[in-house]
This record gives sequence, C-alpha cells and structure tokens, in this order.
Amino acid sequence: MSNSRENILAAINANKPAPVELPEIPLFERRGNLVNVFIGALEFIGATSVKVTSLSEVDEYLESLQQAGTRLVNTTAELNSYNINAYKKANASELEALDTAFIKGQVGVAENGAIWVSESDMVNRLFPFICRKLVLVINAKDIVYNMHEAYRRIQVDEDGYGTFIAGPSKTADIEQSLVVGAHGPLELKVFIVS
Amino acid sequence: MSQPATHHNKAAAAFLKNGQRAQWHDETLWFVRAKRDKAAHQIPEWEALRNLGSQIKEHTLSNLDEYLLQFEANAKKNGIKVHWANNAAEHNQIVYEILLHHNAVNVVKSKSMLTEECGLNHYLAERKISVVDTDLGEYIVQLRNEPPSHIVLPAIHLKKEDVSNTFHKHLHTEKNNQDPVYLTRAARQVLRKKFITADAAITGVNFAVAETGGIVVCTNEGNADLGVHANKVHIACMGFEKIIPRAQDLSVFLRLLARSATGQPITTYSSHFHRPKAGQEMHIVLVNNGRTEQLGREAFRNSLKCIRCAACFNTCPVYRRSGGHSYHNSVAGPIGSILAPNLDMRKNADLPFASTLCGSCTNVCPVKINIHEQLWSWRQVLMAEGYGGSAKKASMKLMTGVLSKPAVYRLSTGMARFFMRYLPFLVNNRLNPWYKQRDMPSAPKESFKDWYKKNRNHE
Repeated sequence: MSNSRENILAAINANKPAPVELPEIPLFERRGNLVNVFIGALEFIGATSVKVTSLSEVDEYLESLQQAGTRLVNTTAELNSYNINAYKKANASELEALDTAFIKGQVGVAENGAIWVSESDMVNRLFPFICRKLVLVINAKDIVYNMHEAYRRIQVDEDGYGTFIAGPSKTADIEQSLVVGAHGPLELKVFIVS
Repeated sequence: MSQPATHHNKAAAAFLKNGQRAQWHDETLWFVRAKRDKAAHQIPEWEALRNLGSQIKEHTLSNLDEYLLQFEANAKKNGIKVHWANNAAEHNQIVYEILLHHNAVNVVKSKSMLTEECGLNHYLAERKISVVDTDLGEYIVQLRNEPPSHIVLPAIHLKKEDVSNTFHKHLHTEKNNQDPVYLTRAARQVLRKKFITADAAITGVNFAVAETGGIVVCTNEGNADLGVHANKVHIACMGFEKIIPRAQDLSVFLRLLARSATGQPITTYSSHFHRPKAGQEMHIVLVNNGRTEQLGREAFRNSLKCIRCAACFNTCPVYRRSGGHSYHNSVAGPIGSILAPNLDMRKNADLPFASTLCGSCTNVCPVKINIHEQLWSWRQVLMAEGYGGSAKKASMKLMTGVLSKPAVYRLSTGMARFFMRYLPFLVNNRLNPWYKQRDMPSAPKESFKDWYKKNRNHE
C-alpha cells in the first residue's frame, strides 16, 4: 500500500532503540576427522553415506539403477549418463514419476550433515524435492566443520536459489513419531569422494 | 478492541479434564525440551551463539528502517516485488490482489504464523480462493477446522487416533488404521496432487537477508520448496522483524534454530530464495501489524528478536499443562503471551498471568529474550490500564495494605495459621482456585518471628 511503506518506516524511525553494535562472528573452529564427523551426522539425520575413492564407483551405482529400470536424472556432468536435457524444463506433473536424482553438492557441513546445493548444480529446482530418492555427490575436501565456515565458502545469491539439504524429508507431526519421507525424497544417499 | 476470549484459566481447566491426555501432552513436550538440551549441550559455544544471536537481533532492531530499505532495494534488483502492509487487513488485500491478478483459485501454503495472525485463510476462503496448508501438522488441524496449537508442532494436541479419524473422514483412509507411516503416506499422496495442480504458493519467512535481498525458509518436510518450485507465483509473507543484516548471520541462527526447536542439528531444508525461477513471479509482503508499536515499548521491544523456535513453549509448565488453544492467539506459550497484549490488550489481558514466572522460558530462549520479566512487566501495565479484572485488583489492594503495615501483617498471619490449623475448609474450598490440584502444608503452631524471639538467646 502506497502510504504504508512511509508510515512503517517513519514509525520505526521514531520508535527504534539507541544504536547497538553488530558483532563479528567467530569461526568456532574445531579439529578432528571431518569426514567421520560428517558421516556420523548423516546417520543421525537418517541419510546413508558411502565413501568412495573415485567417481567411477558412483557411475557403477548409477548404471545399476538404470539397468533396474529406474527413472533417473543426473545433473552432474562428471558422471556418466548426464541427461538433463530431457528434464531441464519439465514441470511438476511431468516430473512426478521421477525416481532418483543425482546432484553434486558444493559444501558439506560435518556438524549437522547439511549439504549446500545450488541452482546451477540442480539445474531444475524441482529435482531434489520431487524425486523419491536423492543422491548427492560431494568431495571430501569440500567438507567443513560448521555453518560459519560453510557460509564463508558459499555465495548465497550466486544463483537465484540454493538450499542446505540435511537428510531425507521427514515429519513427526503425528504424535511425535518420526516418519522419514514427508513431501520430498523418502531417501537420501551421499557419496563422499576422497 | 474485541471482547475477551475464553479466559486462559477456563480453557486450561477444560484441557485438564482429560487427565491422561493432558499428562501425555505434558510429557511429550518435556521430551522435546530434553532433546533440545541434548542438542545444545553438544555445542561447546552454545552460550556464545545465544549471545551472538541476541546481539545481531538487537543491532538489527536499532537499525531496522535502514535494513528494510536495504533489503527492499536488493530484493528489487533480484527481480522480487516488495509490498508493505501496515496491518493484517492490508496484508490480506495485497495477497488477494496478487492472486486475483493471476486468476489463482487454488493455493498451497507452507507454515506461516504471520498468515495465521492475519487470518489470511479465512479471508481468502470468503473470496472463493482455496488455501491448503501443506505442513502435515497444519494440514491435519486445517481438516479439523482448528487453529494450530503450537508454532512448530501444530497438531501436538492430537493423538494418532484423532488423526486416523480425521483422515478416514476426509481422505478415506482405512478406519482405525493409526500407523503414522500409513497416515503420512496418505497425506503425501493427496498433497502431491495439490502441489502440482495449484496456481500459486504462499510461504512464510524464517530470515530475510538485507545485504543480499533474499529470504530463507526452513522446513523438514520439503513442502515450502515443492510448493514454490511447482508454481508460477510465489508469495512470501513476513513480519518485518525477520530481517537480518548479513548472509553470514544465518550461520548463527541456523545453528540455534532447529536445536532449540526439536533438538535436530538443522532442519532438513534451509532454502535460500533470491530470484524467481525463469517464468516465475516472486513477491514479498513486509508486514507491520503492531510491530512498530511494540518496538516503541521499551520493556517489550526485545520480544521482536524472536525466531519462532518454540523452545519456550516446550519448557513452560503452564503451556505443557494447558495446551496451545488455551492461549487464544496465533502464537501461544510464553512468547505469545508477551506478543499478544500488544495486538489487543483487552482480549489478551489474561495471557501474561498464564505463567508461574519460573523463568525457564528465558533460560532456553536462543536469542535471550527476557520473557518471564516481560510477562511480569505486562502484568503491571495491564493492571494500570484497568485490564486486570476487579477481583485481582481488590486482592492486590488488600495485599498492599497488609504488606505495608507490620502490625496488620502480624495479625493476619496469626489468623491464617489459626484457620489453616483448625478450620482448613475455610481456605481450602472450591471458591479458592489456588486449591485446584494443590494442597497446602499444615500450618505451624507459631510463626517464625515468635520462634525467633524465644530462641535467639539459646545458641
């Protein structure tokens, strides 16, 4: 509403408290085996993880799914069967039957198992949410300890959209019973490439 | 000003009638509180994070107008349309006009307490626009035509048999099948269709970042993302206090939020929306609805630091034993009790009294809001403004008289001991609400003062 903007800003200006300083945020660094901490966090939030030494192991898994007739999309050019063209512009009803999506994660957070996935990596914003099973591939060297480090590594507005994904979708809204698989993926598998 | 709703006392008494269920409610929320403790104790710098969260929010409040302008400018650069609403009615009208412009009649909405505060669903329903709440808990209460009873766990007042019956009635699930997995999958199927066939998506906002002009929405279910990405119109509604200065501030709040709320290390999805996807329109509605007034109340402005984690609900002995609906406000619990009187003093005059002032809320608050002190301060304001009720006023006056005159005090405590020893039914009766579910200890023969007089020389 045209006047509301000015009214709100004027009222805030009249009512706001005296200036308070903005604090600097420390890194709260911690040492240790980040990959192991990360794997523990993934397990806690209901994801499975596999340590691999090369992408060919991920390729093998992808191919085994394809042979089993799984409908999958792979947005990671480094893997075989990079096939975004068929799905790039697909809408929700066209993607509803998608079984599995393979997407590259940029940064993993050891402390909570969250993985930053940006729009350019997911190609279509729907992929990580509409599939039944999400497979994220992350380099072990891209695992940081906590969120403070993660936000120093990513640029949140580099793409129009990005998200930290921590586990499969879940809910406990019925009597606090944890149910894995709410509206998004029923399963999350993480490949950690060292 | 509206009329008082059912007084919290009365609503709580009704809630407690089903003793077993009330006990379940109490224990379940305490379990969530225990999970919060466990999660917090795993972070050595937890207290430092609480201090940082508090300072960032205090700093933001002290520069709020500038940050809102910065946010608006950056959001516009990102191709987002920004709207300002001074009150609930303006908010609803703005959302309606956007929907109307797109001929949208089916809308999916993820959790937004602000739209509850503004009564958006009802407003849009009257204009033939159907809004489906897609968070599972909110979907359950929406089917039952009830408001959420908790801001994080909207259906926490219900048992699985209630959900089973509700789903059987509305979604035709098997009668008496109470398996949470079965019920969740049934809702998933129905809501998937809604996501795909909707015309527009509405979301709430957890954080809005001034320096980048984008918003962050946190869910476990993925319902906000699925709704937004499946649709051509995204409307995000937020109270303007959700603004934070920098993207890196998110690192503090995302470490605090889910741990405080449910004991999870982070929500499954923390989604950062900065630009609409190709072919999509994105709107953000910045809402005041009394927040500027609260900002001007020195004793209460800190309530605007709230990040809506509901840790104060889960720990509150009164909330756990009275249920969210007793608070007759979109935000219940201790934080709701200090926010609600600002919105409507008459209607919400009972809420600051729905507390034991034990201070547990303040101790768990991730952004260090002095909730119990504000509850106490609201009581002073409400009594002074004449909203305390005549009985409370009379008893306070009597107490002031007694406590300010030592001779009267001595006489009255002597009388109290006499009545409690020999005629306890005069105080312990149905007319005295203090005795509901309580008993008094037996009174001593003599007062401490008398005992001390006799014994002070007998060391």
